[in-house]
Amino acid sequence: MIPGKFDYHRPATLPEAVKLLAQYGDEARPLAGGHSLIPMMKLRLAQPGHLVDIGRIKDLRGIREDGGEIVIGAMTTQHELLASALLAKACPILLEAGQLIADPQVRYCGTLGGNVANGDPGNDMPAVMQALGASYVLAAAGGSRRVAARDYYEGPYATAAQTGELLTEIRIPRPAAGHGHAYLKLKRKVGDYATAAAAVILTLSGGKCAAASIALTNVGDTPIFAAAAAQALVGAALDGAAVKKAVDIAKGMTRPAADARGPVEYRTYAAGVMVARAIERAKSRAQKA
Amino acid sequence: MATRTVSLTVNGRAATVEVEDRTLLIHVLREKLGLTGPHIGCETTHCGACTVDLDGRSVKSCTVFAVQADGGQVVTIEGIANPDGTLHALQEGFREMHGLQCGFCTPGMITRAYRLLQENPNPTDEEIRWGISGNLCRCTGYQNIVKAIRYAADKLSGRGVKEAAE
Repeated sequence: MIPGKFDYHRPATLPEAVKLLAQYGDEARPLAGGHSLIPMMKLRLAQPGHLVDIGRIKDLRGIREDGGEIVIGAMTTQHELLASALLAKACPILLEAGQLIADPQVRYCGTLGGNVANGDPGNDMPAVMQALGASYVLAAAGGSRRVAARDYYEGPYATAAQTGELLTEIRIPRPAAGHGHAYLKLKRKVGDYATAAAAVILTLSGGKCAAASIALTNVGDTPIFAAAAAQALVGAALDGAAVKKAVDIAKGMTRPAADARGPVEYRTYAAGVMVARAIERAKSRAQKA
Repeated sequence: MATRTVSLTVNGRAATVEVEDRTLLIHVLREKLGLTGPHIGCETTHCGACTVDLDGRSVKSCTVFAVQADGGQVVTIEGIANPDGTLHALQEGFREMHGLQCGFCTPGMITRAYRLLQENPNPTDEEIRWGISGNLCRCTGYQNIVKAIRYAADKLSGRGVKEAAE
C-alpha cells in the first residue's frame, strides 16, 4: 500500500513550518512521527496535498520544567517519555500510559504531540492530559495560544486547533507531591486501542481524598473528562460506596461504539472496571507516597 | 513525475536514490538497493517484518517515507553479520535455538533484537517479550525466539550460553 501523491516540505525552524501551514491551508498536514497519518494515507482516509515534516525542528523536542509546569515538546517521542527520569519522578502516569501505547517500534517514532493533537478517540494520552489538567500550545503565523486539554476535543478527529495552527508544546501543571496516579487500559493485544481505559490522579489527606480527577479513553467520540465522577470521591475515604458512586457516574458518561472490541454494554461495563481499578491503584500509591 | 534525491548510509555503505515524495523506505531498500531481507508483511505497521534500524531506533520501514530518512544511517539484516562474515550472536542464536520455522519474520525479529540488546544487554525473558512485542511470528509461538535472543545476550556479554535446543 502506497499513499497518494503529495508534496513534501521539511522546514528547519518553527517559523518556517507555520508559514508553510498558513500558505497551504487545508491542503497541508504536519507530519510528526507519521504513525497515525501514514497508515491513514495508505487507506486514503487522509489525502493531504502537502506534508510539512516537523521532525527536524529541534525546538519541538525535549522535556523540561518551567515554573510550576512540566513542558514537553510536541515532537518528543513516546520512547523518550518512557526514558525520562524527570517524568518518572514528577509525572509517572505518563510512563504508565506510554508503555501501553502501540509497540516498541511505533514508540520510537510516535510523538506525544501527534498522539494528543489529531483527535483520534482511540489515543491514550488525551485522557491522561485531561486528568492532569494539561494545556496545549498552538502556534500559527500570527502568534500562539493555549488551549486546555479539557476543551480541545470536539469529535472524532475534530479539535479546537484551527487550520494553520501547529501544536508545539504540552504544558502540565506539576502534580502535587505525594499524589497517586493510575492508567488502566483493557485491550485485546499489544498495539490495540483500548476496549476501555481510565486515568486517575488523586491526593489523600488524613486518609480521605482531598482532590481527584478522572478521564476515560475510547468510550466515546472524544476523551471523556469525568469531573462529576471525580467529585464523588472528594472528601471520602475511597471505600466501596464512594468508589461505586464514582464508577456509576463515569459509566453514565460513556458513549462507546459497538465494534470488534465488544458490544456497548460490555465496553460500558469494562469502563467501570477500569475506573474502579484505577482508583484503587492510585489510592494505594498515594498511601505509599 | 517529480522526484527527489535521498542520501542514506545503508549497512555502512553510502547510497543515493531518486524517489517520489511518497516512496516508503521499505521500497527503497528492496527495490532500489536490492536488500530483500526486510520483508513486506502486513503493510499496516502491525507485523514488524519490515523492521530496520534507522539512526539507532528500530522502525517499521513500511511506515517511514524515504524522504524522512534522508541523511540517515540504516542497518538491515544484511548488515548484521560480523565484518569477517561470521554470524552475529543473534543469527547464531536463532540457528542454535531453533528460533525460526518459515523464517518470514526472522529478519525483523533479529534486527529488532539487535537494538533491544544494545539498549538492554541483559534483559529478562519478560523484557525480551515486551521488546519484541511489535514483531509477529505465526509459527514458533515465540518460545524459541526468546531463547534465541537470550542466547545472544548471554554470548555477547560473555556469560556463556546454555545448551542448544533439543
